Amino acid sequence: MTARPPIAMLAELTHRCPLSCPYCSNPVELARKESELSTAEWAGVFRQAAELGVLQLHLSGGEPASRRDLVELVEAAREAGLYTNLITSGIGLTERRLMALDAAGLDHIQLSLQGTDAETADRIGGYRSGFERKMAVAAWIGKIGFPLTLNFVMHRQNMHQLPRALEMAEEMGARRIEVATVQFHGWAMLNRGALMPSLEQAREAGRIVREARERLKGRLVIDYVPADYHAKYPKPCMGGWGSTGLNVTPDGIVLPCHAAQTIPSLSFETVREKTLGEIWENSSAFNAFRGTDWMAEPCRSCDRKEADFGGCRCQAMALAGDATATDPVCIKSPLHGKIHAMAQDWAAEEGAELTWRTGPERVLEGQS
Amino acid sequence: MSLAAASVPRMPRGVRLQEDRVRGGWVLLAPERAIALDAVGLAIISRIDGARDFGAIVADLSETYGAPEAEIARDSGEFIAALAERRILEIMV
Repeated sequence: MTARPPIAMLAELTHRCPLSCPYCSNPVELARKESELSTAEWAGVFRQAAELGVLQLHLSGGEPASRRDLVELVEAAREAGLYTNLITSGIGLTERRLMALDAAGLDHIQLSLQGTDAETADRIGGYRSGFERKMAVAAWIGKIGFPLTLNFVMHRQNMHQLPRALEMAEEMGARRIEVATVQFHGWAMLNRGALMPSLEQAREAGRIVREARERLKGRLVIDYVPADYHAKYPKPCMGGWGSTGLNVTPDGIVLPCHAAQTIPSLSFETVREKTLGEIWENSSAFNAFRGTDWMAEPCRSCDRKEADFGGCRCQAMALAGDATATDPVCIKSPLHGKIHAMAQDWAAEEGAELTWRTGPERVLEGQS
Repeated sequence: MSLAAASVPRMPRGVRLQEDRVRGGWVLLAPERAIALDAVGLAIISRIDGARDFGAIVADLSETYGAPEAEIARDSGEFIAALAERRILEIMV
């Protein structure tokens, strides 16, 4: 199958992070610092990505500011001709470092928000004074003039703070806010009972977003990721598997999406062994769910198959035990009713404890 | 909607026009967005320099493409306003 060139690449520079959010999208098994790609290796990957057709580079993690060479990496990305976006919690950024990133040509910053007050944000992020630090970073971002997107990660414990999050985006001078309901992969899977929003909460969030979009038209752009366990149709996974984006892990493994390693039948290749182009075009993992030929019923004959691509493959794996199945949140899936009921149960769980993410170093110590 | 002739459109920081060497053509790169421009879009965007007002841009387009100014003002005004609504362009009044 011939593949169109990808548009976007997510570079997970490191799995290290001062925060320990219980919904972290990193895999439960984290890459250690010693295995991370070097500055020169990343610079090579950025050049290959640009040659392959990537236009937008998202520097993520973990916390990308935990990489000491972040400024050099931004320089390398801009030199390669990539539009460079930093996805950060803000922790590890100083005013001086932000000025250096500005000089290096960083195009845009996406700042995460765990809650709209220090008590909530620091509890969810598992990091004391993190909120205060983040507010200082937001002010420096505004002072330097970086375009800003605020990313409010939403779940049962902070969904009521959505109106305040929208106000904060305006106060910070953000052009965009992403209102993203937690996706249940990785660490979030361990916390479904504590984080799953109720159906009523999900509906209320949708109402608030619709009203705010109208009110803030031309001032603040709102991207909204609704709670898909309560939805009728699944999310269009990656805009189609292997069609627009790819993900590189801290140790150089190239993935069709950040959770793809949860599908045991897939095997992956690394930029240490092959070029990005070879992997994008020829690897079995990228070709596994490209196009629509892999689909079974009810997807195969569904008129939405080019719109949502059968939904999320990792969610099909996690909930149906079969990565080729229809995403079970879809109303056409035989499992839809069961998933819907399970979501209600998780949402109603009282006193469920949070399991915070642990860092790669601590995981290593725990194993030794 | 049409724009006032005296308003000045500009590309804010974090938005740039870049040649797409792999696919051909030009793209407008913005936060979390890459917009492939057709010939008309490119003609409009490449005339936005933050100094020329909308009236001057329309006059230039009209002369270059030999189309009536009213028609160009309507089409390019809609194009610019739609991008401004998405915070990809700014309109200085």
